[in-house]
Amino acid sequence: MAKSKSNPKGRSSEPFWWFLFGAGGTIAAFLVPFHILLTGIAAPAGWVGESFEYNQVLALVSHPVTRLYLFALISLPLFHWAHRFRFTLIDLGLKGGRRAVAIACYGSAIVGAILTAVVLLKL
Amino acid sequence: MRPYRRPVAPTWWLSNRAYFLFIVRELTSVFIAAYLVLFLLLLHNIAVGREAYEAYLRFLATPGLLVFHVLALAAALFHTVTWFNLLPNIMVVRYGENRAPAIIIAGVNYVAWIAVSIFIAWIVLSR
Repeated sequence: MAKSKSNPKGRSSEPFWWFLFGAGGTIAAFLVPFHILLTGIAAPAGWVGESFEYNQVLALVSHPVTRLYLFALISLPLFHWAHRFRFTLIDLGLKGGRRAVAIACYGSAIVGAILTAVVLLKL
Repeated sequence: MRPYRRPVAPTWWLSNRAYFLFIVRELTSVFIAAYLVLFLLLLHNIAVGREAYEAYLRFLATPGLLVFHVLALAAALFHTVTWFNLLPNIMVVRYGENRAPAIIIAGVNYVAWIAVSIFIAWIVLSR
């Protein structure tokens, strides 16, 4: 990264956000399509019956390994979204307030990750 | 002195198929994030209790939510395909003087993707 005007020391937080973007994009590519099919279509449509019975589901998602998995599954793609959406807004003409756009996008992802941890700890 | 910047209309991405697909690819992340919020709410309702969970499943079964999930699935698949096809440009695998062909690198990821999906199906559905 070249030195940015807003950061005279020339240090950039870009690699950090890019790392989360890459990790989230990979998780999203490998895991999200099947999860959408499972919890967004198959379970509500009743195609999978017993497997989504309350006690079964509760036992599965409250297992510590599942909770760690779910934290990665939800939080990392949120950072993937934040990074892409930030630059899409700029590409679509939101040239002013680049810093505000970045804070709003990454801030939303951070809030999402915290909420995910809170929900998973309640399970 | 300020350098001249050619003005670009906000609709630039509608002018050509490649630009359009680029913006579509970027916006797949919005569908994925929206799905994850709905999924987090599902987990929240599991934590609340059986009644809340069953009511939420009925909410997910309404036509609007089913249509959303079908669209989100299409978006997620588009993300997967574009992500895997991009990987050979980022990941350079060499053996000796040669470079592994792009189709092998993308192919390994497709096979891994199918294997991971079958594994999740087995964990969730075999109980």
